Amino acid sequence: MMSINGSPGPLWTGGPIPGQFYNFPGGKSDSNNTQRVRSVNPIVTGTSVLAVQFKGGVVIAADTLGSYGSLAKYRDLKRLLKVNDTTVIGAAGDYADFQYMSNIIQQQVINDEVINDGFGYTPKSVHCLLTRILYNRRSQFNPLWNTYIIAGIEEDQPYLGYVDKIGMAYEAPSLACGFGAYVALPIIRDALEKKPDISKDEAVALIDRCMKLMYYRDARALNKYQLAVITKDGVDIKGPIISETNWEVAHMIRGYE
Amino acid sequence: MASASVLSEYKAPISAHFSPYDFNGGTVLAIAGNDFALIATDTRLSQGFAIHSRECPKTFTLTNNTILGCCGFHGDVLTLTKTLAARLQIFEKDHNKPMPTASIAAMLSTILYYRRFFPYYTHNVVAGLDEEGKGCVYSFDPVGCYEKESFRAKGSASAMLQPLLDNQIGGKNQNGYTAQSLTSTQCVALVKDVFTSAAERDIYTGDNIIISVVNKDGIKSEKFPLRRD
Amino acid sequence: MAAPCVELPKGGFSFDNCARNARLEQLGLKFPTAYKTGTTIAGAIFKDGVVLGADTRATEDTVVADKNCAKIHYLSDNMYCCGAGTAADTEMTTQLISAELELHRLNTGRVPRVATANRLLKQMLYRYQGHIGAALVLGGVDVTGPNLYSIWPHGSTDKLPYVTMGSGSLAAMATFEDRFKPDMTREEAMKLVRDAIAAGIFNDLGSGSNVDLCVITKDKVEYIRPYEVANIRGVKQRSYRYQRGTTAILSSEVKKLDLDVFGTEVKHQPMDTQ
Repeated sequence: MMSINGSPGPLWTGGPIPGQFYNFPGGKSDSNNTQRVRSVNPIVTGTSVLAVQFKGGVVIAADTLGSYGSLAKYRDLKRLLKVNDTTVIGAAGDYADFQYMSNIIQQQVINDEVINDGFGYTPKSVHCLLTRILYNRRSQFNPLWNTYIIAGIEEDQPYLGYVDKIGMAYEAPSLACGFGAYVALPIIRDALEKKPDISKDEAVALIDRCMKLMYYRDARALNKYQLAVITKDGVDIKGPIISETNWEVAHMIRGYE
Repeated sequence: MASASVLSEYKAPISAHFSPYDFNGGTVLAIAGNDFALIATDTRLSQGFAIHSRECPKTFTLTNNTILGCCGFHGDVLTLTKTLAARLQIFEKDHNKPMPTASIAAMLSTILYYRRFFPYYTHNVVAGLDEEGKGCVYSFDPVGCYEKESFRAKGSASAMLQPLLDNQIGGKNQNGYTAQSLTSTQCVALVKDVFTSAAERDIYTGDNIIISVVNKDGIKSEKFPLRRD
Repeated sequence: MAAPCVELPKGGFSFDNCARNARLEQLGLKFPTAYKTGTTIAGAIFKDGVVLGADTRATEDTVVADKNCAKIHYLSDNMYCCGAGTAADTEMTTQLISAELELHRLNTGRVPRVATANRLLKQMLYRYQGHIGAALVLGGVDVTGPNLYSIWPHGSTDKLPYVTMGSGSLAAMATFEDRFKPDMTREEAMKLVRDAIAAGIFNDLGSGSNVDLCVITKDKVEYIRPYEVANIRGVKQRSYRYQRGTTAILSSEVKKLDLDVFGTEVKHQPMDTQ
């Protein structure tokens, strides 16, 4: 169907891959397809965001490092945005794009409040809004280079949503983006499999453990992070919290042969 | 000359490549019977070597007797199904009746062809009852070519499932055997078996399948576990 | 002129058609792909030995080629080696080094050290500049105690108390970072490595099926395959047996072979042990 590292598979057998031009009788044309790509690459970036549901709420966390390539440029960037009393979003990827998106969201929330009809944004509607904005931008080949995790309380139930820069979105009881999807998510999934209804304290401890793992293994991570707990009582953003790290095994390592 | 060859060694700084598409796996299977039609899809949502979600069904209820199986790039799946839902709602308000299955298929074809030069990267199958109450299945290519069929597999494990269906439902390549139409229960059992086998060999198929059966009483869905590795 | 005769290969690789093949590839010819073991392999040192672990899935692009392949290879009686990457490369490389280690043992009359195997492997892989796609986890016990190495396809090595390799290495490493502690018991270490491999099996699509373990201690090796069947195949609901004669016979022809048959009796002879 497709190769893992390459582009998606062809639209039909022998057909063009998505984005490639197709000439009717003879298969593919050369992909000298110089479409204008505006947002070519992210500049200042944030790494993974982790989130997990617990009984009666959601925990979401993101570290405070803003990387400029491999340079750890900003050490106190807040990547969690409180949208309202039921919703927090966490952003990974380009920080400027996140600030732009924050402006849109906050303006939307104000516009919505002005109507004063008793309805407001819920996590689900914020998720939907972000999905539409991001999908629209990717369709113009001008993506917002972010992955967002939306955490909150939707009709008294915990809600977690994911959306990336091409508008791929879904909901799940535990989420992580970027490097966290490979490092932290296996640990979180394993914990949830053993005990699906974890308590708030267990969820916070789990996320703390995983943020520490991210610091150990992600070269773009920092041991300083913000953590938000969303319950029906509202949003509580804690931090910055410093991870307690353990380098005991370092003394066991001598050389490479 | 020397300087030119040296300059050719230089390349533009590495920039992150942007592709508007991705492939999120998933397999869709649809069968039409005499008085029913069914769609089965797996619930795994993946990207590269990673599993995003184990609980992401790709079957969508369109009306009370039409369902859609849709997989490929999940961003397009979401957008396409949203568009479809809106169009169906408009139709229902305009005409005070739900859109018939055949018309939904025709409409989906035009929606897909509208994006001929920036396609929805989705594999679609529509299943439902026609206006005589018979089961029908329509399968689509990503740019809107469609065909009425009696069974069809689409998506990542389609190349594994389709020959098996040709044999088991179509009665192909069997000497002295003519295909008999299967009942709804037989079809559901067959679907479970072919998905169990596909999950063994296709890395993008697994976790669960949702089997939705449409008949005159409405739509019933059933979940069946697959392997999770 | 001398008659053309078949020359026996002297050993090593044949590079005969490399230039031609590179040109053909440039022109767009697709070459057959090798099996990859998009894999989770891992190892950890415990109080008195090493535990190695591996999953058992081999893939060919997105299709599972082998559902129960062995990725823990024998090197010598006190050393085993897990392989990730191109299946043929890991298999052949470990076989070759295994033979060299055995010769070394016979020459020196000593149990080979893990460091020796590590050197042999890294020098071979470095020589081929990454074209031998073998990513290895080497573990064993020698006079210096338990040793564990990871060896990359280009020939660099790490000597660490716990290592992982393959496409599921991040999931497995997360498990180690979370729960590894020095001087674990045998049971603790086996459980930890099992969990690391299981994390790869369930979270990485390139890894799957069962968990294999190999526990190496002083004077004893326990190769447990499978240690755990992590995924059980679903039970079939229907029968898929065909009636006899379902396969059509398009044509048939009977030919008589014009042969004389001789019978020879082979007598039992004792082996010459002189």
